[in-house]
Amino acid sequence: MAGLEDLYREIILDHYRSPRNRGELPSPPAQRVEGFNPLCGDEIVVTLEVSDGAVSDIKIGGTGCSISQSSASLMSAAVKGKSVAEVRDLIRTFKGMMSIHEATLPGQDTRGGAEVEAGEPQLLDVDSLGELAALQGVVKFPVRIKCATLSWNTLAQGLDEAESETANA
Amino acid sequence: MASLTNVAHGIDVETLKKDFPLLAQQVNGRPITYLDSAASSQRPRQVLDAMRNYEETTHANVHRGVYGIAEEATRRFEAARSSVGRFIGAPNPAREVLFAKNATEGLNLVANTWGRTHLHSGDAILLTEMEHHANIVPWQMLAEERGLTIRWIPIDDDGALILDDLDRLLDGVKLVGITCMSNVLGTLNPVSDIARAAHDAGAVVVADAAQSVPHLPTDVSALGCDFLAFSAHKMLGPTGIGVLWGRDELLSSLPPFLGGGEMILDVRKDGFTPNDLPWRFEAGTPPITEAIGLGAAVEYLEGVGMESVRAHEISLTTYALRTLEERLGADIHVFGPKDPVERGGVLSFAYRDIHPHDISQILDQYGVCVRAGHHCAKPLMRRLGVNATARASFALYNDESDVDTLVDALSEAGAFFG
Repeated sequence: MAGLEDLYREIILDHYRSPRNRGELPSPPAQRVEGFNPLCGDEIVVTLEVSDGAVSDIKIGGTGCSISQSSASLMSAAVKGKSVAEVRDLIRTFKGMMSIHEATLPGQDTRGGAEVEAGEPQLLDVDSLGELAALQGVVKFPVRIKCATLSWNTLAQGLDEAESETANA
Repeated sequence: MASLTNVAHGIDVETLKKDFPLLAQQVNGRPITYLDSAASSQRPRQVLDAMRNYEETTHANVHRGVYGIAEEATRRFEAARSSVGRFIGAPNPAREVLFAKNATEGLNLVANTWGRTHLHSGDAILLTEMEHHANIVPWQMLAEERGLTIRWIPIDDDGALILDDLDRLLDGVKLVGITCMSNVLGTLNPVSDIARAAHDAGAVVVADAAQSVPHLPTDVSALGCDFLAFSAHKMLGPTGIGVLWGRDELLSSLPPFLGGGEMILDVRKDGFTPNDLPWRFEAGTPPITEAIGLGAAVEYLEGVGMESVRAHEISLTTYALRTLEERLGADIHVFGPKDPVERGGVLSFAYRDIHPHDISQILDQYGVCVRAGHHCAKPLMRRLGVNATARASFALYNDESDVDTLVDALSEAGAFFG
């Protein structure tokens, strides 16, 4: 049975209690994107600045549960200053961690991993996620996965919009 | 002593709980404390047995076969309709009680038949700020299609309707949609007063009774509404069946909703003749097993007595409001009316600044099942200024020990999030 300590790791509670990069950047010039979780009414506002092919600044607004808020906070710390390509990789790896069955996590039996999305690596390099790996216990609580991925989907949308605006400029 | 209080109201919860197999389950190694009956209630053995007995001995399609079990299936199906009609005081159950999929489908039926016949561009509909999406969205869909306007009866900070402006709000309104009991606040609305004013203004009244029928005596004549919808699965019955009651004279004049078998008297190449009430609104093979389960649920509730159910739930709500305040003080805020007599046993609350999802997750570890979210009432959530609430809701099988377990688990959640 999955215990609460699998879900509420100390890092998660720390980011929930003291969220990093909280607030909103002035928009414009920042890209502003809102994300909603229709199941619980949570909403998140990601504002990000993309310059010279990198996420130079990011802030997180909105309200939500400990999982959605800590995931957003951890995400902001992880992506700030990274190149857009690196951030996209990170989004892919993080969402991969959130979409696989717990049995396919490293160190466990991987034979039952039929739920890995096509094109995803069979074994995720969870170690490369650093502190974000603390969120891997969320997959044991399926209804909470949407909480953890809300900010990441919102960020991905923000990157898409920033790129299409650059392309059209 | 909880049991003494309960026996005083004619309900011996300890004995009654034994009728509900699910309530004997363990969750996370603890006895289950089921406090989510406003979402869906548990079923007593009597309901499960009636359904199983029908399946094993009598199943055949209804209103068709000229053989023994088909006739018996039809008899049991129509007997369920009579039981439901008796339960809500319907003057003529054999014509006025329609089986639908759930309360939502019943409300959609009214929007699609009465609404499409009587509502035209520029007409107004009056709803309340505390409606469930089921009594909002069908009207919004129709409003968009027909160019109708929707007005709203506001609520005060205690979750009661503000009716000072009712006459002005009703001016020019053709239809009023109102919940008998809020699924978030527990508020019991003065439906009969509003219905009287609505009728004076020439409007018909559609009551969403999904939360009230399972918990209080219901008499459609006393309520004064024209249509009343509710779901079986919130009143100890199965999912997949609900009821729409409507006044005979209104239903008789309406076109069919869904087309198909059962709802016709005759079909020719150039058209069809709809069936009589109630079958005109029951296209296709109905949920027969579920209707029989609903009938058994009604008989179970009648056996306990709805006055006793209501008295028990007032007593339990009183105990819960007092205990929450005594043990959690200013850390907890319960939405809705303060007086247990003015509300049902639905307690939506905010606890410190812990998100409802997190509350519900921690409570689950203690075997306590509560709902977290917007409860399909987003306009109300916006009025309350919250995205979500946690909600504990009672049924006749809950007692004071369930409340104690809830409060213990809430204290643990508070400690966990520091």
